[in-house]
Amino acid sequence: MDKFDKLTSVAAPLPLVNVDTDMIIPARFLKTIQRAGLGEHLFSNMRYEEDGSEKPDFVLNKPAYKDTQILIAGDNFGCGSSREHAPWALLDFGIRCVIAPEFADIFYNNCFKNGILPIKVSKENWDKLMDDAERGSNATLTVDLEAQEVRGPDGGVVTFDIDPFRKHCLLNGLDDVGLTLEKADKIDAFEEKRKAAMPWA
Amino acid sequence: MAGKTLYDKIWDAHVVDTSEDGTTHLYIDLHLVHEVTSPQAFEGLRTAGRKVRRPDLTLAVADHNIPTTDRSLPIEDPDSALQLETLAKNTKEFGVEYFDMHDIRNGIVHVVGPEQGLTQPGMTVVCGDSHTSTHGAFGALAHGIGTSEVEHVLATQTLMQRKMKNMRVNVNGRLGPGITAKDVALAIIGKIGTAGGTGYVIEYAGDTIRGLSMEGRMTLCNLTIEGGARAGLVAPDEKTLEYIKGRPRAPKGGAWEMAVAYWKALTSDPDAVFDEEITLKAEDIPPLVTWGTSPEDVIPVTGSVPAPADFDDENKRMAVERSLDYMGLTPGTPMQDIKIDRVFIGSCTNSRIEDMRAVAEVVKGRKVAGHVSAMIVPGSGLVKAQAEEEGLDQIFLEAGFEWREAGCSMCLAMNPDKLQPGERCASTSNRNFEGRQGPGGRTHLVSPSMAAAAAIKGSFADIREFE
Repeated sequence: MDKFDKLTSVAAPLPLVNVDTDMIIPARFLKTIQRAGLGEHLFSNMRYEEDGSEKPDFVLNKPAYKDTQILIAGDNFGCGSSREHAPWALLDFGIRCVIAPEFADIFYNNCFKNGILPIKVSKENWDKLMDDAERGSNATLTVDLEAQEVRGPDGGVVTFDIDPFRKHCLLNGLDDVGLTLEKADKIDAFEEKRKAAMPWA
Repeated sequence: MAGKTLYDKIWDAHVVDTSEDGTTHLYIDLHLVHEVTSPQAFEGLRTAGRKVRRPDLTLAVADHNIPTTDRSLPIEDPDSALQLETLAKNTKEFGVEYFDMHDIRNGIVHVVGPEQGLTQPGMTVVCGDSHTSTHGAFGALAHGIGTSEVEHVLATQTLMQRKMKNMRVNVNGRLGPGITAKDVALAIIGKIGTAGGTGYVIEYAGDTIRGLSMEGRMTLCNLTIEGGARAGLVAPDEKTLEYIKGRPRAPKGGAWEMAVAYWKALTSDPDAVFDEEITLKAEDIPPLVTWGTSPEDVIPVTGSVPAPADFDDENKRMAVERSLDYMGLTPGTPMQDIKIDRVFIGSCTNSRIEDMRAVAEVVKGRKVAGHVSAMIVPGSGLVKAQAEEEGLDQIFLEAGFEWREAGCSMCLAMNPDKLQPGERCASTSNRNFEGRQGPGGRTHLVSPSMAAAAAIKGSFADIREFE
C-alpha cells in the first residue's frame, strides 16, 4: 500500500447523496481477478454513453477534473455492497482522498486498506469545500494527513478527525496482515481457551 | 454498571487483543468465501507466502457468476469462467472446502451457511459480501468485509475492528394478512433511511420479530445493510434451535446440549442501554414497494409516485429528480397503475423454501400476464430439490414462470440474467440501485407474494385484495 501524507489537487464536486457502490463500479466489472485496471470503469454508467463515448456533463469528464486526486462527495457515499473494487477503481483513476459528510461503514473501512483517505466533515465545512471544488482549476485543495487539515485556496482551513491507528497505517503505508501476524501467540492462546470452553464451535 | 447488549456479549467473547487506542482483534468463527471478492485475497497470501490459518472454519461457494440455466454447458463469459476456475484452484491450493456449482449443497452463500447448520448463535461470521448480515437471524454477529479483510481473516482468523454503537429496533403487534418480513424490513429502512444505521449494530426485538420464522428473520437481517448498519441481530430462541438441530454441521450429542445451554444465555440484559432505539407497530405496516433508486424510497402499494418537492433536503431532492428520471416515472402516478415487464423472485433476501411456498400460494392455478417475463431462482440446490419434492416447480411452470438453477442471478446481473435497458422489474432482491439488475434496468423491491401478484396482474397489486 502506498503511503499517504500530503497531496495538493483540484477537487471534483459530486454532491449527489447515496452514491452507491454499483454506481462507483457496476457489477459487470467485478469479474476481474486483479486489483488494477478498474479506473477506466469508475462511475461507468454515469461517465459513459451507451456507445462508450464520454458524457461531457459528468464531472470527471470535464477538463478541469480529469486529473483530480480529490473527490468531494455527497452524504452516505459508498453505500451498498462490500466490494473493494470501489476503492480500487477510485485509486486506479488517481483519486487518493474522498471528502463527504458521512460514508457507508464498509466502504469507509475499505478505503484505508488501499491508501485512500476518506475525510468526514461537517455540513458547513462540506459546503465550503464544495464551493472551492466548483471553481475547478482556479482552486486547489491541500490535504495534510499529519496535520489533519484540508487547506483551501483562500487560506481557509478545515480540520478533521481520524482514528490514530488508521492515520499511522496510512502515513507509513503499513500492511495490516503483517502487523496482526506479530500477535500470533495471542491468537493461539485465544484458540486454546475457546476450544476448552466451547468444544462445539 | 448497565447490563450488556447481545452485541456487547458476542463482542466480548471474541476479543483476542485490544490496543490502547481501542483497536480490537476480534476472532472469527466462520468465514464464508465466494468467487468475486476472494481472488485478490488468495493472491495476496500467495505473494506473501502465507497460509490459510483455519481452513476448517472456512467454506467457499460459487454463487455470483454461475449460470442458472443448463450447467452441463460451458460458461460462455470467459471472465466469469476464469473467476470460477480461480476459486476452484485457490480452494484446492489452500485446503479450503468448496461447494462448486455442480454440488447440490451449492447456492447463494447466505442461504448455504444456515442450511448446512454452519451459522450458529453467538458466532462471529464474515464474508466478502455485504449481505452477510443475513446470518444475524441466528444471533450471530455477522457482517460483510472487503477483500483486504478477507485476506486478513484467511491469514489470521481475526479482524481488526472498532466497536460499533448499539441500536434496537422494536416491532410489536400483529402483522396484517399478506404482510411479510420483507415489508417489515422495508418499513424500517423507510423510517431510518439508508444511512440511518451507519455506525451501529441493530438488534431486532419485539413480539412481531419473535413471531417471524427463521426465514423471515433472515430476510430482515439481510436487509439491515440497506439501512446502513453492517450487522443485524435477533436473539436466539426455540425457533432458532429447532432450525439448527440435525443440520449437517450442527453440533451433535453432548456438544449439542452444551451449545444449547450457551446459546440460551445469548440475550440482551434487561438493563442494557442502547444508544438508539426505534419502535414500529406491526399494524401500521402495509405492503410496500420501492419507487426510486435507493432502498429508502419506499411507499405503500396503495400510494402514488412522490414529487421532488415532497422532500425537504435539497440534496435529496436532486437525488429524487435523478431517480424519477432513471425510473421513467411521473409524480402522482398510482403505484398500482405502473406496468411491469419482468419479475425476479430470488436472491439472498428471498429465495428460501418459505419464499417459494409463498409464491406458489399466490400463483397456483393462475397465469403470468402475457406481457411479463417472470423467473424464479431458488437460493440453493437443496431449496430447489425441496421445492420440487413439494411440487412447487409444477405450480410455477404451469403459471408460466421460468424455474432456474440456484444462484445470485438477476439480483446483481453478473451472470447472463439481467434486465434490458428500460425494462421494469418487480424484484424480491435487496437493491434498486441504478443499473443493479443490468444497465438501464428499473428495479422495484417487493416481497415474494407481492412479486407473484405483480406477475399475474402485470402491474403492482395490493396483496391484501388479491383474490
